Amino acid sequence: MKPLEFSAPTTLNAAIKLYSANGGGAGLMAGGTDLLVQMRSGRAEIGHVIDLKRIPELNVLSYDKKRGLRLGAAVACDVLGAFKPAKAAYAALIEGAELIGSTQIQSRASVGGNVCNGSPAADTICSLIVLGAQCVVKGPQGKREIPARDFMVGPGKTALRKGELLVEFRIPPPPAHSASGYLRFIPRNEMDIAVVSAAANITLSANGKTCTAASVAIGAVAPTPLLVEAAGKALVGSTLDEAALEAAAAASRKAARPISDMRGTKEYRTHMAGVLTKRAIAMALQRARGA
Amino acid sequence: MSTKTVVTAVINGNETTMACDNRMSLLDALREVAGLTGAKEGCLSGDCGACSVILNGKLVDSCLVLAAEVDGATIETVEGLAQGPTLHPLQKAFLQDAALQCGICTPGFLVAAKALLDRNPNPSDHEIRYWLAGNLCRCTGYDKILHAVKNAAAELRASTK
Repeated sequence: MKPLEFSAPTTLNAAIKLYSANGGGAGLMAGGTDLLVQMRSGRAEIGHVIDLKRIPELNVLSYDKKRGLRLGAAVACDVLGAFKPAKAAYAALIEGAELIGSTQIQSRASVGGNVCNGSPAADTICSLIVLGAQCVVKGPQGKREIPARDFMVGPGKTALRKGELLVEFRIPPPPAHSASGYLRFIPRNEMDIAVVSAAANITLSANGKTCTAASVAIGAVAPTPLLVEAAGKALVGSTLDEAALEAAAAASRKAARPISDMRGTKEYRTHMAGVLTKRAIAMALQRARGA
Repeated sequence: MSTKTVVTAVINGNETTMACDNRMSLLDALREVAGLTGAKEGCLSGDCGACSVILNGKLVDSCLVLAAEVDGATIETVEGLAQGPTLHPLQKAFLQDAALQCGICTPGFLVAAKALLDRNPNPSDHEIRYWLAGNLCRCTGYDKILHAVKNAAAELRASTK
């Protein structure tokens, strides 16, 4: 086996420098729950592991009513799950993050790693998309923001340019009378990869009757997660009655272009994209009315 | 270029310095360098929990931690549960309730259950099952393990009253 170098830089700039100096041969590690498995299986050829957990910028976790949520890319899922201010305001994100793996994996895995791994079945990406998250990235050319909806560009591929690393997510504060929810389908109770997933974020009018804004995203049904704009449009202006929900479900079925594999057929995934779209909206609606 | 990292960690209360190849997992460092063979290698992919240890107060799969990461860390393994010849209430309960057969998964279950009881002295059946979902047992089945954890929790609560 080839020798491996290991570094644990304590500043963001040192990490960026190290990463660039290693060209494509370095692996960025937060929790390592994907990276170490990929290195062992030979899927990732890594000559240098850069541990990002000691960098303060990647451990940020704060909530402000005006500016919203800041979530460092290396914050572990269990830390996010225990962060009370985020629980109701970003329910879909917490739900997704808490579905990733066992207690042991929750201690290590991060939302940042989940999306950088680039899987269209990642449990946090649909929620980040519907919540309007921005991904703050930094590289040798400086800092920029990538909307979560554009972050994944193909299976295992992200919009990060050479030498760039994900620093944090910024998610705007939720509007009044809004709520979100995330659901995935797996053939068992826990500890699996989504066959299909859906997240919804809705805002109601002050009297709670009409939908004034809506966003729906579906996962594991295309090479990347999909923001289904037609589903959101189908909901806005409606009372979120059965007809509106069915129109949104139809939009998700139309947007889905899944493959058939051992976890589900094309037809099944397409059907389930509609089912989960409806249920995620219903979940968000119940929360928005209860709040 | 260095392919080895020297780390110092407190393992079961003992400060231990280890020179580890950078590819080495914490699991291999514990077993091969520190001589603590309680944590077991099962799947090497974070699915089975046989290698569970408590790292800085959090339950982790030691196969998914690099030894190079743990400089300055505090680590608890199954070897740290018993106090001399006195077994930990969890260990006693696993024996009394026959919560093991082949024993390969047992160290992982014990450490995972300890991490649970450290933060929740009175977990419900549901909480125990969810907490232990990352530990697989292929022979005993989970009911006896559940009973053992509940009985150990009751004993621990009684002894701290």
